[in-house]
Amino acid sequence: MIWDKEHECMSREDLRALQLERLKGIVKKVYKNVPFYRERLDAVGVKPGDIKSLDDLHRLPFTSKLDLRDNYPLGLLSVPQSEVLEIHGSSGTTGKPIIVAYTQKDLDVWSEVMARTLACAGCKPGDVVQNAYGYGLFTGGLGAHYGGLRLGALTIPMSGGNSKRQIMMIQDLGSRAICCTPSYFLSLIETAEEMNVKFEDTNLRIGVFGAEPWSENMRREIEKRSGVTAIDIYGLSEIIGPGVSAECQEQSGLHINEDHFIAEVIDPETGEVLPDGQMGEMVFTTITKDATPVLRFRTRDICSINREKCACGRTTARMSRVTGRTDDMLIVRGVNVFPSQIESVLMAIEDAEPHYQIVLSREGALDDMEVQVEVNERLFSDEIRGLEALGARITEELHSVLGLRVHVKLVEPKTIERSMGKAKRVIDMRGQ
Amino acid sequence: MQVPQISVFLENKVGRMAEVTEVLAANEINIIALSVADTSEFGILRLIVNKPEVAYEKLKGEGFTVMTNFVVAVEVDDTPGGLARILRTLTDASLNVEYMYAFVERSTGRAALIFRFDKEGEAIKVLQAAGVNILQKVDIFQN
Repeated sequence: MIWDKEHECMSREDLRALQLERLKGIVKKVYKNVPFYRERLDAVGVKPGDIKSLDDLHRLPFTSKLDLRDNYPLGLLSVPQSEVLEIHGSSGTTGKPIIVAYTQKDLDVWSEVMARTLACAGCKPGDVVQNAYGYGLFTGGLGAHYGGLRLGALTIPMSGGNSKRQIMMIQDLGSRAICCTPSYFLSLIETAEEMNVKFEDTNLRIGVFGAEPWSENMRREIEKRSGVTAIDIYGLSEIIGPGVSAECQEQSGLHINEDHFIAEVIDPETGEVLPDGQMGEMVFTTITKDATPVLRFRTRDICSINREKCACGRTTARMSRVTGRTDDMLIVRGVNVFPSQIESVLMAIEDAEPHYQIVLSREGALDDMEVQVEVNERLFSDEIRGLEALGARITEELHSVLGLRVHVKLVEPKTIERSMGKAKRVIDMRGQ
Repeated sequence: MQVPQISVFLENKVGRMAEVTEVLAANEINIIALSVADTSEFGILRLIVNKPEVAYEKLKGEGFTVMTNFVVAVEVDDTPGGLARILRTLTDASLNVEYMYAFVERSTGRAALIFRFDKEGEAIKVLQAAGVNILQKVDIFQN
């Protein structure tokens, strides 16, 4: 079901008009209430009255994670603190965490976008939704909880962990959907197998998975082993938490709640806005956020945007699965290269999680990029011709995706060093 | 009609061939015939062994990329023109040889050839019609 047809199926024209009106409001609000933004806007010479079209968004300064950290705890608050009802934050593994605040209006929006997310995933009022995201400062737990309540689902606040009890609840309360990280669900599948429980024999049909990067391959494994439809959802605490975007049943990109968050994909090096379909860094502007709005927040997440209408009927733009972080970006002969692009090319050829390594070196003034691909049994051939054709095919497909000609070298399995189970993907010898 | 062949992917690195043969030795597997095809970066080692299933499992277990496929073993007259006659027969039927290698069949002491055809079934028919002796698995493994 579509939770909010009016906003999720709006014509692009009406949506743009709504976005512009809200953008004007938010720029005015932060200029007036947040000294940090007033300084930033003055520095680029933009006054709230200068926002006349959506293209003026590109004139606004970016906000980085660092800016939020520097203004810890509540330096970016745009309302009096007495109006704040709830706070959340990042786990803060390095130094101080990031704190974000919610007013009643923010909690309402959050509930709405999470109800949309759950409906998008296939949940409906009256369903039993088991929420195994952690409750606490982390936005996953309460975000999914509020969404479940707004949807009208029986929402079980399980939080994470205690796998046997999770399975017992799935059996005894007939949970139709579970919200958790995909890796936790994989471990639940194992626990269920140990307990001789088959998810096929329970009511569980939907997995609402997010809060960590995962792959198509992992989705196939989850769906095959449990019979649930595995839905990818996306969000980050700096924007609102979960509820920023979610896949529908088509599983073909994540619908962005564009009436609340304006999405742009930029070149992480130059900051230029990239055309639809091109991979770059996702940037969000919160246009309805009350307590802690952000202008052009740089997520560091790598994905692309597709604004074509989806088969599900929603007109909202879809972002591709997040496959990497800007921190992973390489610049080779002036071209931006993300390891995830190489991974997706290899994945399509191998139909499996590929093992590969990128070796960068410099020949005179020119960068040289070699992609080493482990030859597994699926790729192997007893004929030289077959292997040469494989090498040529990988080279061609990488060329069309990256716009770069790279040298593909076929190597034996286990050649590529695996540190902590995760392969070391990039060896950069250009500085040597 | 066909003989199992083990192929192993090898990078052109020192000692890789030795490692493969050591795995075979440790499992008392005898090599009946072999050939190596190579490019500047990698090679393919092709083997006919007396225990192909064991060889496949053990090499795979050691982390090699291995595959089994079936090839055609043919007996050749060990006289001038023996091979030429066979190749002429194939050429006249427009059949292409992907690769081939030779060995001596110990039970009879005669020369034999391993062929990999792209149109295998057709090749076997053509060879049989020309009176060529196609070796069975047992002929070869009885060494």
